[in-house]
Amino acid sequence: MPSNTIDRTAKDIVFTVQEYSLFAWRALVNLFTPPRYWPDFLVQADIVGVGSAAIVLLSGFFTGGVLALQSSATLAQFGATAVTGRFVSITMIRELGPVLTGIMVAGRNASSMASELGSMVVTEQIDAMRALGVDPMRKLVTPRIASTIIMLMFLTIVADACGIFGGAAVTVFMNGQDATQYFSEAYEFLHYPDIIQGMVKPLFSGYIIASIGCFYGMRTTGGTEGVGRSTIQAVVTASVLIIFVDFLLTQILLTLFPPL
Amino acid sequence: MSDASFLSPARCPEPSDGTPPVVCFSNVYISFLGPAVLADLSFTVAPQETRILLGPAGVGKSVLLKLAMGLLRPSHGSIRLLGNEVTAMTEEELFPLRARTGMVFQESALFDSLSVRDNVAYQLIQARVPDEEIDQRVREALRFVELERTFDMFPGDLSGGMKRRVAIARALIRQPELILYDSPTGGLDPVTSTTIIELVMKQRDVYRTPSIMVTHRVQDAFMLCTHRFDTGVGHMVPLPKGETDPNTTFLMLDQGRMIFDGSLHELLHTEDPFVREFLE
Repeated sequence: MPSNTIDRTAKDIVFTVQEYSLFAWRALVNLFTPPRYWPDFLVQADIVGVGSAAIVLLSGFFTGGVLALQSSATLAQFGATAVTGRFVSITMIRELGPVLTGIMVAGRNASSMASELGSMVVTEQIDAMRALGVDPMRKLVTPRIASTIIMLMFLTIVADACGIFGGAAVTVFMNGQDATQYFSEAYEFLHYPDIIQGMVKPLFSGYIIASIGCFYGMRTTGGTEGVGRSTIQAVVTASVLIIFVDFLLTQILLTLFPPL
Repeated sequence: MSDASFLSPARCPEPSDGTPPVVCFSNVYISFLGPAVLADLSFTVAPQETRILLGPAGVGKSVLLKLAMGLLRPSHGSIRLLGNEVTAMTEEELFPLRARTGMVFQESALFDSLSVRDNVAYQLIQARVPDEEIDQRVREALRFVELERTFDMFPGDLSGGMKRRVAIARALIRQPELILYDSPTGGLDPVTSTTIIELVMKQRDVYRTPSIMVTHRVQDAFMLCTHRFDTGVGHMVPLPKGETDPNTTFLMLDQGRMIFDGSLHELLHTEDPFVREFLE
């Protein structure tokens, strides 16, 4: 019966949201209570931060370049190509840097967390850890969340900087404009509220990436096929949530810090 | 027994000799959104006792072990482990209790990203024991399972039998008060199975640790009952004809229910048709 299917699907969704809320809350509380596994935190910070640096650097650089290419053509119609630097820096720092970095890191790390933890679940390694008296939430989940939040902030700064340099490369070498003017525009019209907007978003994105990746990994069922399913669910859910939360945050932050 | 009987108050009986059991299941019932996996299950494990849990595949033997450790929660009933009511404890409260026990999983469940040394020393590393002491205790545990040479190897480099032996070393390193073996010989060749059973026997006879061993291999169960580990010669020897280890007894499950609880002699002379068919 179709109504039964809808009923069951609705219950599954509500149950998943409830499970995720409890999981995410427990992971958050664990950040502030001992025991803490600092070596695991450092290992994960290396995997998430250093490991993702190359893709974030490249995607940031080319996004900045594309922004400069697209905007300069439009701005030229109003004789305003001089403000390309301002446009690129504000767009990268307030919006594209945090969102693109979040999505790139979600694709790389939410998937790896889901598949790694999922494999541990199906081979009973998580049960073995519990049987040995170690809390997998504290040992595996909390270090991943803490390291992703912190490293995503640094990766966002890298993406922002690379985006501005990418825009500069296009503006100077392809559009033949002055580099000093570009950087002057990029710097002069940048205000603290813009920086705050750009730095608040990675806090939420980092939490979403790691908690979703770990959540789907820890609830894996159905052997190796289940691991693949969890990986896909983790990447899709994390990416959609990052964009959705970015929308909400932008609305809130624009209310708190109206554009000058 | 009717299903309504599961709702009767579940409590472990007071021991007649004053010695509390290491494990006590009382009217335990569990299901996973369907028919009961285990129903109305009651049994105890006394200090120094080895209980061999027999039964065909899929009757809930592994579920029973996970219930004993608090890795799963029963729908109804009481489970006492080392004097603690497991069903009333939170996950946080269970971690220190589980650390006092050891469990050998069906497929070993070694951490594949860690070396054999780090796998065996897992609990000691979490307890921040000094490295020198860890190395010494890991070597002792690996010597017990005769795998000292694997100290620096990774689980991926080991055969199935070696993984089980490393898993036994990991379970024994903190001298647990109870050991649970989940089909330790499952999927192994007869020679390797005998080696594993000898290790289980060595643990039983040298350290006198109470245990529950799940198996569906009757020959392994009988060997454990009819042999003892001789520390003088360093291997197992048969008990005199007609004698069996008095502390090794049998449980048998069928369709989630306990259908037998008794000694080897009672098992061999039971009239239960399922037990007889299983043994034959």
